[in-house]
Amino acid sequence: MTSDIILQAIVTGLMMGLIYALIAAGLSLIFGLMDIVNFAHGEHLMLSMFSSFWLWSLFGIDPIFSIPITILLMAICGILTHYFLIRYILKAKMLIQICATFGLSIFIRSIAQLLWTPDFRNVDKPLLEGRLEIGPVFIGQPQLIASLVCLLAFFGLYLFVTKTETGLALQATAQDRHAAEVLGIPSNKMFAIGWAIGLGCVGIAGGMMANYFFIFTDVGINFALFAFVAVALGGFGSIIGCLYAGIIIGLVESLGGLLIDPSFKLLYVFAIYLLVVIYKPQGLFGRY
Amino acid sequence: MKILSVENLSRAFGGIKANNNISFEVEEGTILGVIGPNGAGKSTLFDLITGYTKADAGKVKFFDKDIFGLTPDKISNLGIGRTFQKLKPFADQTLLENVMIGSFVKEGNIKKARDKALEIIDFVDLIEKRHHFARELSTGQRKRLEMARAMAIEPKLLLMDEVTGGVDQKTIPGLVELIKKLKKSGVTIVTIEHNINIIMEISDNILALDQGERIAYGTPKEIQNNKQVVDSYLGTFDAA
Amino acid sequence: MSEKLLIAKSEPLWNTDKKIISLISGLVILLFALPHFGLNSFYLHLMIMIFMHAVMAQSWNVIAGFSGQISLGHGAFFGIGAYATSFFYVQYGVSPWISIFFGMIFSGISAVLIGIPMLRLSGHYFAIATLLIGISFQVVFQRWDLVGAASGLWVPMTSGDSWLALQFHTSKMPYYYVFLVFFLITFYLVWILSRSKLGFRLRAVRDDPQAALSLCINVSNYKIIAYVISAMIMAPMGSLFAQYILIIDPDRVFNIEISIIVLLITVLGGIGNVWGPLIGAAILIPISEYSRIYLGGTGGAVDLILYGLILMLICVFRPDGLISLVPKNILERKKQR
Repeated sequence: MTSDIILQAIVTGLMMGLIYALIAAGLSLIFGLMDIVNFAHGEHLMLSMFSSFWLWSLFGIDPIFSIPITILLMAICGILTHYFLIRYILKAKMLIQICATFGLSIFIRSIAQLLWTPDFRNVDKPLLEGRLEIGPVFIGQPQLIASLVCLLAFFGLYLFVTKTETGLALQATAQDRHAAEVLGIPSNKMFAIGWAIGLGCVGIAGGMMANYFFIFTDVGINFALFAFVAVALGGFGSIIGCLYAGIIIGLVESLGGLLIDPSFKLLYVFAIYLLVVIYKPQGLFGRY
Repeated sequence: MKILSVENLSRAFGGIKANNNISFEVEEGTILGVIGPNGAGKSTLFDLITGYTKADAGKVKFFDKDIFGLTPDKISNLGIGRTFQKLKPFADQTLLENVMIGSFVKEGNIKKARDKALEIIDFVDLIEKRHHFARELSTGQRKRLEMARAMAIEPKLLLMDEVTGGVDQKTIPGLVELIKKLKKSGVTIVTIEHNINIIMEISDNILALDQGERIAYGTPKEIQNNKQVVDSYLGTFDAA
Repeated sequence: MSEKLLIAKSEPLWNTDKKIISLISGLVILLFALPHFGLNSFYLHLMIMIFMHAVMAQSWNVIAGFSGQISLGHGAFFGIGAYATSFFYVQYGVSPWISIFFGMIFSGISAVLIGIPMLRLSGHYFAIATLLIGISFQVVFQRWDLVGAASGLWVPMTSGDSWLALQFHTSKMPYYYVFLVFFLITFYLVWILSRSKLGFRLRAVRDDPQAALSLCINVSNYKIIAYVISAMIMAPMGSLFAQYILIIDPDRVFNIEISIIVLLITVLGGIGNVWGPLIGAAILIPISEYSRIYLGGTGGAVDLILYGLILMLICVFRPDGLISLVPKNILERKKQR
């Protein structure tokens, strides 16, 4: 167990963490806006990865170039989700809201399985490939670029939410929907935008991961679980919390896998979740 | 015998001192009215006393028992009941079921608990609505539901938070009678009220709060003549 | 005033229609007689699956419908029950009838251990925690050599039918009766629970925990009690299932599909109502079994597509479940004019 190996694990964990952070940010945005946890978040990620894959497989578009298309597709998916499902459960009991998005996740996953089979796919020889050697550490180029893109996207999201007019309108709706309405900010539109952006983030993460990750219909499950933990750790409703939380989770997963046992990665992350909700229920930066 | 004694009770939220060193006592069998403008910290005071919010500092004694830091269910078990400003009926259950949850505290047998609940529902004059779901009741009826439910646990001390708020005029005298009946049956009452006439009529003593501070305590007459109270409340009292 | 009170007091506690009682009694007798009408193996299997899923859903109903806590990982208790009977029989030859109780005890203990830290959490946090727990059980059992790891446990078959070993090979009829009895007992117990002081308090915890606290209800304790009861109802179904198929592994008994289906059945039928799980199971299980037959190899995925779709539709159009279609005066509560 040399320090090189540990360093490698830290770097890998950090990079993965940035991706988790972006995925979690999408989830957090949606929750902050309308108090709904998107239990289908993992499936949406899976869709974005498949979007990249099919654009490459059927039309030969390399994942780097198809990202804008994937983002657009996911944003539209977000709007459709809101329009056809979420809209109707906004006033329902929490149980029903949870069951609805849970049902959506089952639905998306099984249709994907039916249409695309559970086989593992991957993009062969993407433009973005290869390894860099930085000191004692090997960094996959696609992983590095993916992480950096996610980091950039994260800050883009943060700036959008805090500095732009729409972003501030979103914040207003998140804090007090009715007061915002009185001020002329239409909640329904804000919610749709929230879903579009939330899933757009997922689109970026998934599109970038398509470069190097195996793509299969169940791929979203673990990511979703980590995203939930990240949002809880960072604090429901806090976007910046997702960054810290995502990184922590990435590191715990990586180092736990290295130092203890790789097959129990989920349990380590779960342990974080346990500790957080017991000792600091509002998370690091949470509102609750 | 002092049924309730509060000493230097304080609680701050962020930088705002919701309750700052509040102290007062309540004599058993009396009615204490709590008044003050919105945001004075009245409901917070109730939350602190009944354990819904953790106080930063202070002492709360029920008879001679220290109840500071106890959870709300333990406090209610000791004999302190309360209603809530933002009403909390069990919406999907009937009025009878709502009150039965209360009467189960002292009566384990379901039929007897049901009969006891019916008596209380009769006491608050809602017997015809006993099978109606709580969500179907009007605001005034819901206020009485909460009172009935709280009364069902047979509390020695009852904290009521704005029972006449949002209730239409003609029901108010009935509520006042109810409170007086309660007092006669031996329950000590602390009630937050905005309606000055009611407060003056029923209270043995009045506690006046403003901006988290206790600004006055005394009989209704003393409070009426207290300049600070009059000043801080000018224009904010209901003209009822 | 007091005459109204006297009238009110003289009302029966529960408005159970005499007709409903005779209907239910008739149904029970019918269920006992059913296999003798020449039902073939498939129909027996169908009924067994309905009974089993009705009880599993009822278990979820207790924690979610009666106490308001949404568990997305309830399959964990099913798996515990399944492994309890299989393990003790394979290793020590203990009769499953005894190990059913072990399964219930282990589930109960798990529920307490999980419940104490988790039930304090608000809805979303608890739901996510149960999701993680459900999957964790699967992960752990997949790697636990003592219980067969990923291959699971194969229960040695007895040479003929054996009541002691709870295995029947000549016909499904004995299984049918075992499941039927468990189903009837469980539903009866839950029915009693819903009318008991405990039931009232759980509903208070569900509808408004803050108000419940003001009424001397220790909300945390009651949530845990409900969770334990719920776990102990689920475990025997896992045990009986293990005896029914005689091969168990983590993918089969800790599968998230189990958690999904109990949720779906209860929400479909009517959450918070004693009959909801039965209605949901009676509708969903036949659909599921038939789709498995007619859609062949893709059966698995299509099942789930349907589940997801139905779940969403129910949430949007009939969140109170199908039981809300039944006119109110047939059910227990009766509203006076």
